[in-house]
Amino acid sequence: MTQKRILIGPFNRVEGDLEVDVAIVDGHVSDARVNSPLFRGFEQILQGKDPRDALVYTPRICGICSVAQSVAAAMAIADAQKIEVARNGRLATNIILATENLADHLTHFYLFFMPDFARDYYRPQAWFGDTEARFKAQRGSAAPAMLQARAAFLNITGILAGKWPHSMSLQPGGSTRAVAPQERIRLLALLGQFRQFLQTTLFGDSLDNIAALNSREALYRWAEAHPDSDFGRFLHIAGALSLHTLGRATDRFLSYGAYALDDGAGHVFSRGSFDGRVQALDTAAISEDISHSWMDGPAQQSHPFDSDTRPGADAGKGYTWCKAPRLAGKVMECGAIARQVVHGHPLIRDLVAQHGGNVESRIVARMLELALLVPQMENWVRELRAGEAFCNQAPLPDDADGAGLTEAARGSLGHWLRIRDGRIHNYQIIAPTTWNFSPRDAQGTPGALEQALPGTPVADDDEQRVNVQHVVRSFDPCMVCTVH
Amino acid sequence: MSGFNVLWLQSGGCGGCSMSLLNAQSPDLISLFEQSGINLLWHPSLSEQSADEVSTLLQAILDGDIALHALCLEGSVMRGPAGTGRFHIMAGTGKPMMHWLRELADVADYTLAIGSCAAFGGITAAGDNPGEACGLQFNGAVAGGLLDEHWLSRQGLPVINVAGCPTHPDWVTETLISLAMQEFDQTSLDNLNRPRFYTDNLVHHGCPRNEYYEYKASAVVPSDLGCMMENMGCLGTQAQADCNIRPWNGSGSCLKGGYACINCTAPGFEEPGHPFTETPKVAGIPVGLPTDMPKAWFVALASLAKAATPARLRENAIADHIVVPPESKDKRGQS
Repeated sequence: MTQKRILIGPFNRVEGDLEVDVAIVDGHVSDARVNSPLFRGFEQILQGKDPRDALVYTPRICGICSVAQSVAAAMAIADAQKIEVARNGRLATNIILATENLADHLTHFYLFFMPDFARDYYRPQAWFGDTEARFKAQRGSAAPAMLQARAAFLNITGILAGKWPHSMSLQPGGSTRAVAPQERIRLLALLGQFRQFLQTTLFGDSLDNIAALNSREALYRWAEAHPDSDFGRFLHIAGALSLHTLGRATDRFLSYGAYALDDGAGHVFSRGSFDGRVQALDTAAISEDISHSWMDGPAQQSHPFDSDTRPGADAGKGYTWCKAPRLAGKVMECGAIARQVVHGHPLIRDLVAQHGGNVESRIVARMLELALLVPQMENWVRELRAGEAFCNQAPLPDDADGAGLTEAARGSLGHWLRIRDGRIHNYQIIAPTTWNFSPRDAQGTPGALEQALPGTPVADDDEQRVNVQHVVRSFDPCMVCTVH
Repeated sequence: MSGFNVLWLQSGGCGGCSMSLLNAQSPDLISLFEQSGINLLWHPSLSEQSADEVSTLLQAILDGDIALHALCLEGSVMRGPAGTGRFHIMAGTGKPMMHWLRELADVADYTLAIGSCAAFGGITAAGDNPGEACGLQFNGAVAGGLLDEHWLSRQGLPVINVAGCPTHPDWVTETLISLAMQEFDQTSLDNLNRPRFYTDNLVHHGCPRNEYYEYKASAVVPSDLGCMMENMGCLGTQAQADCNIRPWNGSGSCLKGGYACINCTAPGFEEPGHPFTETPKVAGIPVGLPTDMPKAWFVALASLAKAATPARLRENAIADHIVVPPESKDKRGQS
């Protein structure tokens, strides 16, 4: 038996800094501990502030999930105010959030994830030449065109949100930027341009055809017919490397629900959890454990309304600044795959039924969301009603609690706000990668990535442990959100 | 390899300046850097090298085997807890990022603070500054951060503070390209060592709400079209940046998005001492007056302007869309 322990970091092409400590036994990862090495202290910074100031601070937790942070903060304040969101404001919020989430999916696929297959390690593979030409970091042909498409797509935020990242247009009662009737034409033009990029370059097929894929078999049949699209290229590699056998975690999935429908009628992608079947989400069962975090505080788990965040660099068994959120004591995975399996998209349900959450299914779920959401965005733009309110107003209560639960690109984001005497008394944040990259809890149960890594093959000649990199990046981690 | 070698590191920030950088348009970032001879030795969002490959690269730079023309830091320097730097130990290296930064700054021709966190401490230094965050060469508005106030890079410049939260992609690319072209020197910097090409302007310049400002026709609640200086906390008349001249994301700016300028290019913007979106006033007069404007003049002009506000502006200022259009003087067809 050969055994060694390796510290892998810094991980780039993730958002923020990340370190993974793995034990390797006989060519396979046997144990993993994930460390989020940066602590800034937003929850402490927010104490005592005017609640509205959360709309300035919280988007700046993260430059890639900035709008999602704004949305969660606005929802938490709105929940405390008991304010009804203006219909136009809800539509604008959906469009702005979808713009960020889809731009993030694209960034992840082209800039963060695919370049690993253009590493020299894969040179012997039959598909390497094409992959290198297309996806080599900084030199491949895909990135300039993708960056143009991404930047043009984000021009939607230039109209609706002033800028991206770090907008303050997202408010508890809606959005600050009303849209004139003809501005919808410009928004539709930008969406049309983005749709064209997806249909010609990413998919080489219509969005409808991607959205209609309903099984793993149909997916791979489609891939054979579309080898010259970037999604087809990924699927070819995924098949060749059996990426469906890499990175399986808990197969328990969480989604707070994304993109609000009218009159509190739920979400475009529904809320719930999934462990073979869908269950209603009991948000009261969310708790945070700090047994393996560099945090001081009580050992027992507590709901985020009642918890606090006190860094303690020498705390007991700590090995990360990240806390360990759990749902009814269970480790959960979140992200596009969780949203789509909870919502019940047949393709993702089939992928998960066959091989669980893994490197392949996580990527496919993101690409699927690109196909599903662009048509929704076009509908939302058409539904904007010029002349009607974009932003409702309500007084701030002196004493109230509010929760804001939404979905960032990479999964479930929650803000829990307590207002006392008109000021922020407590503000706790659980971000998507806090769930996915959590450390062990008091029972010793490892977090989702820590469960996904054991079993990962690491070849002797593979100095970069490419499989570990694929598994880590398949979650699209956002480390600056994770600890904040 | 010829070209201008750039190393980009992130510490106590959000990564938003990198995300904003990727918004560069006409051309895209990769094409722009390529045609300008900017060679990214490593960037956390763009480079292939991970883990050992990165530490090896950093060591090669420190050993002088690879020339470092520009070191860019995004995010604050994390000094806590208790000055140890443990709030950010660079992954895989066991060494606090602040130590890496000090060593790398000493071998770089130029050092750039990308964003207000790296420049002054920024958002990460808000509240009681739990992370003991500071900027590379400033701690808020006070000179001296990780590097002391007299520190100069190998080419004789202090840390170049490309401040903003986030930075505009052009602010970063144009600073780097100017440096590569050797067209950037001490006279290119303002008194806070920010590039003057964007801080010689005020956010007020080109603000689409200027007419409301002139007549003191003010917004009262979010989404109103009026000037946001009187009630909504807008600092555009004091903030140094070209945000309303150089569009964000194609056509935007904070003001165009319907919310106040919070002066994010300035040190200390993160702690205004009042709610960000409320204007503090004394005797009904905003405490912060437009840059270079004597108070008596402002008061006199404001009261005159208020008395003369046309009904069109008065009504549009408190609506979210134009309810009264300008009167057309051309009465064509009414002969």
